Amino acid sequence: MADFLLVAASFVLATVAVGLVRILRGPDKADRIMAAQLLGTGGIATLLLLAQATSVPAAVDVALILALLAVFISVAFVKKGVIRSQMEGA
Amino acid sequence: MSLALDALTFLAVAAGGFFFLAGTVGLLRFPDTLSRLHALTKADNLGLGLIVLGLLFQMEDPFAALKLVAVWLLTLLAGGAVTQLIAHAALGGRSAGVTT
Repeated sequence: MADFLLVAASFVLATVAVGLVRILRGPDKADRIMAAQLLGTGGIATLLLLAQATSVPAAVDVALILALLAVFISVAFVKKGVIRSQMEGA
Repeated sequence: MSLALDALTFLAVAAGGFFFLAGTVGLLRFPDTLSRLHALTKADNLGLGLIVLGLLFQMEDPFAALKLVAVWLLTLLAGGAVTQLIAHAALGGRSAGVTT
């Protein structure tokens, strides 16, 4: 079972890494932040699978922190846009 | 019993991996920002949800299992809220759902 979970973890990480091409291609800033969001979720899934496959329960805590940080990225991105539009409006 | 649990884990984790693949393909292939956002949320919610579900069958400690569910719920909650915000930002401050 551990082998299968390791394979699944590498598979998820590989697909998410391919998704990062969207950061290069854009075209919109929102598209780029979406690829980062997918990397966050994929990273969480990979860490959870690794925690079970290698019997390192602490990796679940790392996944929890990654879940929190992924939110902060997107909130910072949206907040930046809001502040700019307020400055333009003033 | 253990074999049945392993089979369930196999099925759920494989399905979760499929949704991550679908999310990536959608993110790369879909034509506009909002449909890409749609593909992304499928990977976020279903992909991670199925992988967590698959791992739950392997858990011996109920608290560790609860923690996995907590990770998924946090992602679900954050994903739902953040996706709305990104869609709003992508539309340039116009409200989502109203096309003129």
